[in-house]
Amino acid sequence: MPESNDDRVLTFAAAINEATEQAMAADPTVLCIGLGATDPGGVFGTTKGLVEKFGSSRVFDGPTSENAMTGIAVGAALAGLKPVMTHQRLDFFLLAMDQLINSAAKWHYMFGGQFQVPLTIRLVIGRGWGQGPTHSQNLQAWFAHIPGLKVVVPSSPVDAKQLLLASIHDPNPVLFLEHRWLHNIADHVPVEATPAQLGKARLARIGDDLTIVASGYLTLEAIRAVDYLSTRGVACDVLDLRTLHPLDWPAVHASASKTGRLLVLDSGALTGSISGEIVARVASEQFSELRSPPRRLAQPDIPEPTSLGLIQGFHVRSQQIASEALDIMGLSLADVAEHLVAPEPADAPGDWFRGPF
Amino acid sequence: MTTAESSTDQRLLASMLRIRMVEQTIADRYSEQEMRCPVHLSIGQEAPAAAMSLVAEPADYAVSTHRGHAHYLAKGGDLSRMIAEIYGKVGGCSRGRGGSMHLADPSVGFMGTSAIVGNSIPVGVGLGMALQIKAQPNVSFVFLGDGATEEGVFYESANFAALRKLPVIFMCENNQYSVYSNLEERQPASRRIVEVARALGVPALEVDGNDARASHVTVANVVAQTRAGAGPALIEFETHRLREHCGPNWDDELGYRKPGELASWLKRDPIKALLDSGTFDPEWIESTTADIRTEIDAAFRFAKNSPYPDPAELAEDVYA
Repeated sequence: MPESNDDRVLTFAAAINEATEQAMAADPTVLCIGLGATDPGGVFGTTKGLVEKFGSSRVFDGPTSENAMTGIAVGAALAGLKPVMTHQRLDFFLLAMDQLINSAAKWHYMFGGQFQVPLTIRLVIGRGWGQGPTHSQNLQAWFAHIPGLKVVVPSSPVDAKQLLLASIHDPNPVLFLEHRWLHNIADHVPVEATPAQLGKARLARIGDDLTIVASGYLTLEAIRAVDYLSTRGVACDVLDLRTLHPLDWPAVHASASKTGRLLVLDSGALTGSISGEIVARVASEQFSELRSPPRRLAQPDIPEPTSLGLIQGFHVRSQQIASEALDIMGLSLADVAEHLVAPEPADAPGDWFRGPF
Repeated sequence: MTTAESSTDQRLLASMLRIRMVEQTIADRYSEQEMRCPVHLSIGQEAPAAAMSLVAEPADYAVSTHRGHAHYLAKGGDLSRMIAEIYGKVGGCSRGRGGSMHLADPSVGFMGTSAIVGNSIPVGVGLGMALQIKAQPNVSFVFLGDGATEEGVFYESANFAALRKLPVIFMCENNQYSVYSNLEERQPASRRIVEVARALGVPALEVDGNDARASHVTVANVVAQTRAGAGPALIEFETHRLREHCGPNWDDELGYRKPGELASWLKRDPIKALLDSGTFDPEWIESTTADIRTEIDAAFRFAKNSPYPDPAELAEDVYA
């Protein structure tokens, strides 16, 4: 019996590949550009097979010129094409800040709405496995700070597919941030090329006691923590933001209003983070509805070191999330470590992650 | 002189006169404090723009820099909307969001100017890439200055244009100065911008950028080759801005130019040079000048009469 759509399982990487392929097949103006886009590895499998299907004028590797290639993609977008650019690490893309901020984010507004820049920029972010100071930065707050950009952070294969389709269809520049630890997770993904709506969060778990706001990979850690917390009698909302800009404020406010308790998770450094923005808005707009001070769990304001010896406890994990939640609820932390066993070694999502990058 | 040559001379002169008179009027009226944005005038640098104006088709693309008035006008941009933009009015070509440094008129392929040195170079290359992918027989003009050739993005963009044989013409106006810093302080004496471009795989030519005829012949030849599929090229125009880097005034009293340098360039004024070397009917010059004056007066009236954008429009167009 053939698989139905609902039963089909794809990895997060394969879902990105399928979304790109379907977008390119449906629309001849969609391009796939990036260092490694035509490599045997195909950017962790996400661009595999595309050049064979669509040819080298639409799918191409490129010079190691992040800034120019971003500007070139802006120019191509101004002329009616829809480039999808990939970068194997977000950190490499820092060379392109001029073209991102001064060109991509501005061209529509500063010329009075005469131009559109339908550009999608895929950035792989990550942590652990010795990625170190310049291969692990989660700078989504920078991008969310720039008016004119959209910032998308999928956490599941289905969202990876549907949010990427939405990003490609969007007439604005969109940064699509893929956590490296998500590429291998697998789940049901519909065959249909149905885009999600940008700016809509997803309630991944429902509960009345505490709101946990998460995004990207941290959504998985939050769900593990919340599933344990339910055995302790604590019911949590887990709000997976999916889009950091525009951010689904009504969903955040509604959940905070319901539970009166807020814990925000952030994969970036604490200072100046998205979590700071969320806590600030909820505190200033819903102060009287809160039953306890809002809290945050984020990376320390420290570059991520490479050594396994230095990385212990560096990253936000389910055990830490559960402990924080129990503390907010005034409950004992006694058996958290027993039920939420931290992976060993601590620098990988699980023992299936073998590197080298 | 044949009729055709005479016609080309007239078109070059008319284009340069129009640009000069527009900018002269901006300079004359700047002290009224109604043009409330920085202006970077091209007075003395009109020839490369005029040369392009005779060759470019509306479906060709162009991008430019902070010093972009001449290029906008030469590509066919609407004068009234440019002046209104400098006045910050809603009738401006960017609805008051960009000012002098951010001009665009997509109806004639003028796709924008940027205030960041080198910023529009890759955008112009990307426009050329789109032409190639869509198999359109047009070219993309990328105006840049000598300072922009020092930005990494110039090397990256030229490399990619050469790699993909894109229909891109880099129009490098070498006026010797990046703000007040002479080329001598910025690049080794033995280096030529054209040689840098050639080393990157972009064929390059030098031309006297104050000689409108020579500039026109060079642009026409290069564009014809690029339209025929020869790929990108760079033209380096040796030229000079006669007014200050930013603003309506003269600035020779600052002493950053060598003694006598400005005077020597004033003698080589491109409009004067063409007038001296050609034969122009004084009546034609008079009527052409009068027509331009009428157009400029109307443009400034339009700008002054156009309202400021409604503050309620502030948040429009952040997203498409």
